[in-house]
Amino acid sequence: MAEMHPAVANPVIEFRDVSYAAGSTQVLSGVNLQVQLGETLVLLGRSGSGKTTTLKLVNRLLSPGAGEVRVRGVPNTSGDVIRLRRGIGYVIQDVGLFPHFTVERNVGLVPRIEGWPDERIRLRVEELLRLVGLAPEMASRYPHQLSGGQQQRVGVARALAADPEILLMDEPFGALDPLTRDDLQREFLSLQQRLRKTVVFVTHDLREALRLGSRIALMEAGRLVTVLTPQEFLRSTDPWAAAYVRAFGEGLESAINRGTS
Amino acid sequence: MSVFRFMLQNQRQVLELTLEHLWLVGLSTLLAALIGIPLGIVIAHRPGLNKPVLGGANIIQTIPSLALFGFLLPVPWLGARADRLAILALTLYALLPIIRNTYTGIRGVDPAVVEAGRGMGLTESQLLFRVELPLAVSVILSGVRVAVVISVGLATIAAAIGAGGLGEFIFRGLAMVDDRVILAGAIPAAILALGADLALGWLERRLRAR
Repeated sequence: MAEMHPAVANPVIEFRDVSYAAGSTQVLSGVNLQVQLGETLVLLGRSGSGKTTTLKLVNRLLSPGAGEVRVRGVPNTSGDVIRLRRGIGYVIQDVGLFPHFTVERNVGLVPRIEGWPDERIRLRVEELLRLVGLAPEMASRYPHQLSGGQQQRVGVARALAADPEILLMDEPFGALDPLTRDDLQREFLSLQQRLRKTVVFVTHDLREALRLGSRIALMEAGRLVTVLTPQEFLRSTDPWAAAYVRAFGEGLESAINRGTS
Repeated sequence: MSVFRFMLQNQRQVLELTLEHLWLVGLSTLLAALIGIPLGIVIAHRPGLNKPVLGGANIIQTIPSLALFGFLLPVPWLGARADRLAILALTLYALLPIIRNTYTGIRGVDPAVVEAGRGMGLTESQLLFRVELPLAVSVILSGVRVAVVISVGLATIAAAIGAGGLGEFIFRGLAMVDDRVILAGAIPAAILALGADLALGWLERRLRAR
């Protein structure tokens, strides 16, 4: 008989005692983490704390040295890596749009490879561009003709193209100017209210974490320090969390309020 | 102007030797591309291999061409026909620029683009054919262009071992101490090199990714 725990949903992503070393450097040590359906889990930490490594272990751009990463209840090594990745949207700080493709072909690449009919791809691209706040005429532009903010909107649209359940975002707004970042954060929130993807979001910006996260997983030196909701984070007595709050100073409460409004 | 009179008088032979020259250069460049481009792709993806492969191609480049033709002469099947031998030698010389540019072109693709492609679930071959090669093609082609221009010049030396081509005029002219005959070989060779350079340069600009 299967155990029944109706109150605890099965996590969409689960880290079980995951460690990772690059050469002789221990990057992650014994990480246990669960990401629930439809939440935005923010990995917060300074450079080198292991956030990006954690993210890349989910879509198998990296493989753990010990432990396992489970996606939708099964070890992510159990199936085909290509299938796994096509079901997980991936957005990175440097965007990485294909410079020789138009916006339309960038966004439509995975659907095309998946063999969707042309008309369905065209409609999907149109829909996605609208979703991320880009005018339809952008479809025929090349990446170098777009601003940084527009490029990352395309990056998000491309990640959503095949309608993945999971979205991995690695400091997606980190390279943008403050005003554009603010726009994209706001749009991310409204997008997330509609789409309810399971999101893992990497940032070193506490303000961004408070604003966008359902929960914040604080990382330090390859370890998961604590996982807290934004409200809990601000009141936390954990020394690392407190240090973060001190470093960011005044006005953090309002970041949460804006986020949930 | 007596050069051109000489060339007109011997136009059949000029044409014949030019075609032979084109054959030597064309076939050797094709072979070098068929070997060098895949090799460049492989070493771009396996960092440990780039030094030995590029180093090897570099060493070949340092062997004086006349010596290389001479070394290959006693090889059984090859030595039997001078044009085979010339084509092999020219292929070896053409390898370095083609391997090097393929390697450089693929390594020059923005790592973020490759990471994004891999992360969204492109297979390694989709990544190669849809992303890396299209973005590297103009750099690869510029390597081919360098190889062709070098080969046109080198192929004139192949006449020394009897492989034909425009070098025949040059060597004959040297023996006869007759500038007209030398130029009858040198001028078409220069035109070939220039023409190939322009044509491939044009193609390279056309294919350059945005």
